[in-house]
Amino acid sequence: MNKIKYVHYLNQFYGQIGGEDKADQTPFIVPNSVGPGKEIEKLLGDEGEIVATIICGDTYYGDNLQEATDTIIGLLKGLDFDCFIAGPAFNAGRYGMACGSISEAVYKNFNKPAVTSMYHENPGSEIFNKEIYILKSGKSAVSMRKDIDKLVNFSKRLVRDEYIGFPDEEEYIPQGRRINVQMEKTGAVRAVDMLIKKIKGMDFETELPMPVFDRVRPAKGLETISKCTIALVTSGGIVPQGNPDKIESANASKFGKYNIDNVNDFIENEYITVHGGYDPVYALKDPDRVLPLDALKQLELDGFIGKVFKYFYSTVGNTTAVSSAKRFGEEIGQDLRNNNVDGVILTST
Amino acid sequence: MKLEVGRVKIKDAQFSEKTYIEDNVLYINKTELRKYLMEDENIQDVNFEIAKPGESVRIVPVKDIVQPIYKVSGPGQVFPGWLSDVETVGEGVTNLLDGCAVVTCGKMVNFQEGIIDMSGPGSEFNSFSKSINFVPLITPIPGLEKHPHEESVRVAGLKTAYYLARASKDVKPDEVEVFNYDPINESSNLYPQLPRVVYVYMIQSQGLMHDNYVYGLDAKGILPTLISPTEVIDGIIVSGNCAAPCHKNATIHHINNPVIYDLMRRHGKEVNFVGVIITNEHAMLAFKKRGAFFTNKLARLIGAEGAIITEEGGGNPETDLMLNCKLLEKSNIKTVLVTDEYAGRDGRSQGLADVTIEADAVVTNGNGNMLLNLPAMEKVIGHIESVETITGGFSGSIHEDGSISVELASIMGSLCELGYERLTTKLK
Repeated sequence: MNKIKYVHYLNQFYGQIGGEDKADQTPFIVPNSVGPGKEIEKLLGDEGEIVATIICGDTYYGDNLQEATDTIIGLLKGLDFDCFIAGPAFNAGRYGMACGSISEAVYKNFNKPAVTSMYHENPGSEIFNKEIYILKSGKSAVSMRKDIDKLVNFSKRLVRDEYIGFPDEEEYIPQGRRINVQMEKTGAVRAVDMLIKKIKGMDFETELPMPVFDRVRPAKGLETISKCTIALVTSGGIVPQGNPDKIESANASKFGKYNIDNVNDFIENEYITVHGGYDPVYALKDPDRVLPLDALKQLELDGFIGKVFKYFYSTVGNTTAVSSAKRFGEEIGQDLRNNNVDGVILTST
Repeated sequence: MKLEVGRVKIKDAQFSEKTYIEDNVLYINKTELRKYLMEDENIQDVNFEIAKPGESVRIVPVKDIVQPIYKVSGPGQVFPGWLSDVETVGEGVTNLLDGCAVVTCGKMVNFQEGIIDMSGPGSEFNSFSKSINFVPLITPIPGLEKHPHEESVRVAGLKTAYYLARASKDVKPDEVEVFNYDPINESSNLYPQLPRVVYVYMIQSQGLMHDNYVYGLDAKGILPTLISPTEVIDGIIVSGNCAAPCHKNATIHHINNPVIYDLMRRHGKEVNFVGVIITNEHAMLAFKKRGAFFTNKLARLIGAEGAIITEEGGGNPETDLMLNCKLLEKSNIKTVLVTDEYAGRDGRSQGLADVTIEADAVVTNGNGNMLLNLPAMEKVIGHIESVETITGGFSGSIHEDGSISVELASIMGSLCELGYERLTTKLK
């Protein structure tokens, strides 16, 4: 079997070029292992070797995040390697940020396994935990040997594309993905178990910690609505017949934008709903029931509002992930702003 | 109230000249059953299929699943308000055909029916892939509107379940379990040391075919009310619900409600199960508040110290779930919530539409957005083209080789928020 070829990232201190006085050092590459890298190679034995070490000052990396990352990615181009290891960074904040940032960048640019290690309170562990594995290290270099041992073993498994278990058993920072798992007991039995513990004041663990939601402060009312452009936006799935954008009836991945310049009323069969979460009988008969174009056009004729914006936006809010909904909202909002729309009627179902 | 539940195990089912059960095999006279179902003038024709575990069979679009039950003795009959009078049930002896289910199919709303796979990876997510499924295929009269169509199929499912289980009338059950629900003052004297637990049973009732029935009454019209847990086993709650297949409670989920069963089994040992409050999930905020306030009041009146609250559906009903939790916790009644999640295909999104800080004890039944690739089956019962329009399916779900890509949400009962199955999510 071929030896696994590693690239290792170190800061100025562990890279053995100096202390705080060298924290402004720009990134450079040296062949083979340096400092803690020697220990890594010892543990790898015949299985792997460090072909190059990247060294960069912590302050430089922190102050020039993009530039430092780009330089290092440039240094690695054309280099033959299988895996990237950064640190361990322990509880050193700037070093942790650099290790996380560069590991994520290497993973994204070269699609090769990248892993780092730091103390779980290191700010880098909160920011760069989503794409790469960040192993939990001790607070200081006292635990260096143990943490390097973990890094080496974990990295070998990543290279071999082995199954990685859950954060608790594998001691990494959770990546924030909720994965379906089969349990031994049914949900009902687990609920009764949990309730008995809760009533008795014993420790219990919720299966779903409450997320924190964004709170959107309602905008001020429109002052002179008779001069305003009003747009229609819906998560009720109203689209032109044939569903031209193929918006999904559940967990929508997109929204549609449709011209209604010459439409005064949503007529049965010309507009439909593709929403999969409600009985569509009444919406199909008259789509205005979900998105009241007819009433709004009448208000325009009456001069009550300035005008109806010439496009409407539609998506499906049925089991749709909040992250998708957030993106639709931001994109639609931006488009409305670009078109100087003053107000929006947003209908849901 | 004392109810004896007799389980007659069904290991096979076959068509026959006569309907009877012998040596755990169910024999069905389909001519007689067809005649019974066609008493409904909205039904033009009925055929039947039987699907067994391990077969290369996909049933889609599934509307409801019904547990065959029959009241051998005691007041009333099963499915009160539908097949019998509205007399209070939950006492006497009820037989249940264990390992057998009635599955009704049909394009009702097109979006909200689900899939049952009898083998392969799709069969790992629900109990109905492991039961012998008896499927009445109902052709409505031409031009029948969706709403009466739904009702005809719903009632045909109940009639079939009753008809099949009636064959167990003189059969000795393989297992018998006895449940006793004592008046609250008596159980409090009997078990003074045990925590008094109530079950808050939320029933979806948003209209537009997100409807369920209690003793035949549309649940939109109920105020939260107290029932005996044993009543549920006799089929007092019937699903007319066309919400997302993964987390609508089919009639079988109600009859076999696992929270009720578990609390009854632990009654007198670990808990004092003081009752079931059924409440609804209305579409309007004022109704939601009224429901939560009444639920809270009833829980206090019966002296509950803890409550299990189960949800049905997702999104809008999360508001009912959180209101119930908030009010009960403020009354110092400890709560555990049972729900499911839509956390996106990558599992990174927030999975609930509403939350409250008091909800510190939650059981989740999985993430419905997980993508599944399911192989083609040799036989499809129903209409395979529905896969692209049901919840969890999408345009392009059906591949040329007959395999399908769908989200877990499309599998009937896969995330049932009564805690019927074993799935959960873990943070990775």
